[in-house]
Amino acid sequence: MTKKALEGIKVFGITYAGTANMTMRSLGMHGATVVRVESLSRPCNLRVAGPFKDNKPGINRSAYYAGVNNDRYSLALNLKHPKAGLVLKKLVHWADIFIENFTPGAMERVGMGYKAVKEINPQIIMLSISQQGQTGPHRLIAGYGPLLQGLTGHDHLTGWPDRGPALIGQSYPDFIAPPYATAAIIAGLDYRERTGKGQYIDLSNYECAIHWLAPAILDYVANGRIQHRRGNQVDNAAPHNVYRCRGEDAWCAITVFTESEWIAFCQVIGNPAWTKEPKFITLTDRKKNETELDAHIEEWTKERTPEEVMTLMQRAGVSAGKIQNCQEVVEDPQIKHREYFRTLDHAEMGPFPYSAPSYKLSKTPAELKMPFPSLGEHTEYVCREILGVPEEEFVDLLIDKVFE
Amino acid sequence: MMLNSYRALDLTDDKGYLCGKILADLGMDVIKIEPPTGDPGRKVGPFFQDIAHPERSLYWFAHNTNKRSITLNLESAQGRELFKKLVGTADIVIESFQPGYMDSLGLGYSELSQINAGLIMTSITPFGQTGPYCNYKGSDMVVWAMGGLMNQSGDADRRPVQVSVPQSFIAASTYAAEGTLIALFARRIIGEGQHVDVSGMETVAFLGMEAFPFWLILGQNMGRSGSAISRMGINAPVIWPCKDGYINYILQMGLPGADRNIKMAKWLEEEDLSNDFIRQTDWHKMDFMELAKGGIERLTEPLSKLFLTYTRRELFNESLRRDLTLYPVSDSKDTLENEQLLARGFWVELAHPEISQKITYPGPFAVFSETPIKMHHRSPLIGEHNEEIYLKEMGFSEDDMVSMSKAGVI
Repeated sequence: MTKKALEGIKVFGITYAGTANMTMRSLGMHGATVVRVESLSRPCNLRVAGPFKDNKPGINRSAYYAGVNNDRYSLALNLKHPKAGLVLKKLVHWADIFIENFTPGAMERVGMGYKAVKEINPQIIMLSISQQGQTGPHRLIAGYGPLLQGLTGHDHLTGWPDRGPALIGQSYPDFIAPPYATAAIIAGLDYRERTGKGQYIDLSNYECAIHWLAPAILDYVANGRIQHRRGNQVDNAAPHNVYRCRGEDAWCAITVFTESEWIAFCQVIGNPAWTKEPKFITLTDRKKNETELDAHIEEWTKERTPEEVMTLMQRAGVSAGKIQNCQEVVEDPQIKHREYFRTLDHAEMGPFPYSAPSYKLSKTPAELKMPFPSLGEHTEYVCREILGVPEEEFVDLLIDKVFE
Repeated sequence: MMLNSYRALDLTDDKGYLCGKILADLGMDVIKIEPPTGDPGRKVGPFFQDIAHPERSLYWFAHNTNKRSITLNLESAQGRELFKKLVGTADIVIESFQPGYMDSLGLGYSELSQINAGLIMTSITPFGQTGPYCNYKGSDMVVWAMGGLMNQSGDADRRPVQVSVPQSFIAASTYAAEGTLIALFARRIIGEGQHVDVSGMETVAFLGMEAFPFWLILGQNMGRSGSAISRMGINAPVIWPCKDGYINYILQMGLPGADRNIKMAKWLEEEDLSNDFIRQTDWHKMDFMELAKGGIERLTEPLSKLFLTYTRRELFNESLRRDLTLYPVSDSKDTLENEQLLARGFWVELAHPEISQKITYPGPFAVFSETPIKMHHRSPLIGEHNEEIYLKEMGFSEDDMVSMSKAGVI
């Protein structure tokens, strides 16, 4: 049996939406025991957001919820119930890691701030993910990925110079914090292994996202220059664009960085006369005449499918790649070879493909075994088997409606 | 310092720098190994004062803080022997060469793990180590295109568009750090290291994963909708023009959005921009489908007018006052002036004596209560730490170093 990287590591989360759940799933897929605490009275926003299986709404039918909640147990708990603390205390005792991503202050209000948690389990590592951090004048501003990407600077840098800013996907920044959070947790675990000390980690989605725009930040700080969106142009390559191909909404990206790539590119398109004009000889020339360059290229690409363009260019050592929609990514031969999508069967939702991590560990690879849980699916299992709550106590709590 | 008992040898080019930086930020001893003439990524701009010089690349500056640098020519036999010696002292090797290149030098995972059984080797490539595209050339935008996210960005009437600070390899490198650390931690279970195979394309696919359920569950491919999010065939604006720029504001219907919609309705009323529809709506019950059925413009028109009346600053301040959520579309200048970041002490100044300047950098990516992230020093100069490593640590003499340099080994 394959050993698991995070075998024996115990994690519980009071989480919602995306970021914290993505971090938790990285831990779960690599063998940690992960318990998510959820409330029936206030189900996670993703459980009530579509798309739903067969377009039929239901808290156990949401595809987006599914995608970020595999390989964990779900324990239903009404955090506001006076006896909720009994269960939470047991979880804190049990856990190595506690993750939450509610608005700063929310955990304190249910007795689960770091100070309280540390008293129960001084070795625990607690991670709080928030929009803008646990401290500061804007810490309480709620928000979601589609909003945050405006603040981070990403939207200003996306789109066309003659038009307004464009969105990147929907909740783009929500995908930036999770790997930083996982890295932080593992580093914390490692430190604890060597010193016995737990700690509190305060991670801000906003701050992590800024790291992905550092070159633009430095351009401003060091050169006083504010970078703007510039379509698909970059300083160090031309051609560098997405070109229309044969077919509906069919496109292929082609990028040429070096002189040898330019020669190879010209050869692929049959060395037409225009490529020998002085205005296209060097990169600098091509940058000066980029609109005309692109128009010439599109005359060639529009006669061919994106696959043809990609294949011909790649064979000649030029980087080219087709624009792919979701269907094409799912059916992509490289994606299939790597088994990026793994299908798991859920009692209510049926089979659904989950994303494996984009990195593969050779000896302790991620295993996707459990589909997303139905809400409270493992309440009894977690309480009795994992936390060791005696049967009488469990039944009392159940009757008292603590698990809702 | 958290991970200071570990060492990483960083052979990456601009496809993988950020991985080692994250490890270095966490306290690891990360040694950047560069060809004697400097890393190819030093040619990537922007440049300090627009001088295209290997010690002036702001891309290099941004992604190699806290690392040390030595020069080493892996193409020479002696260079490879030196590298193997260093591998004996390291926990991690990070590289971003084409699949098979390290093997061809006799420095692949199978060889290196024999020198050091505990070694983790992290390989960052556009498509992964194996598979039909593993030998494809993947530039940042090509990976962005093939991963699927690019198809969703930009206006419907124009070609797909990338982010003007290319994101594919920055993203792949960050996820590589996650994988590397999980593999490092796994050593306590399996007693040895392993190979971490990172794919840029899959990273991009994951960044765009919100769109996949629409295909997987409903057979719908999400297209481009510019500054709006397409829901049920209707474009719901997210980025709105205002008096001096743009803001992000989402229309959230149903119970989750009710409180805020009531407050927004009040604001519109105070501005004399409301209408019968807004006045008569029970925001607890209104859902997006119903809004769309009767015409989304009943809400978006007054909102557009409201936002156009005020500046980003005014709108943001009002949103704080009224407990609404909207954010100004910000550029780098705005980011540097953001009061939250300043209050958090987020920015760190690092000295660059060679250019007689201090430069401000994004600071710690997380705040740790016991072992804070410390940004010690700026990204290294080419071979800045040759003496520290070759002379002091490995015990070579100055003459050795001169002859190795002459032979093109370092």
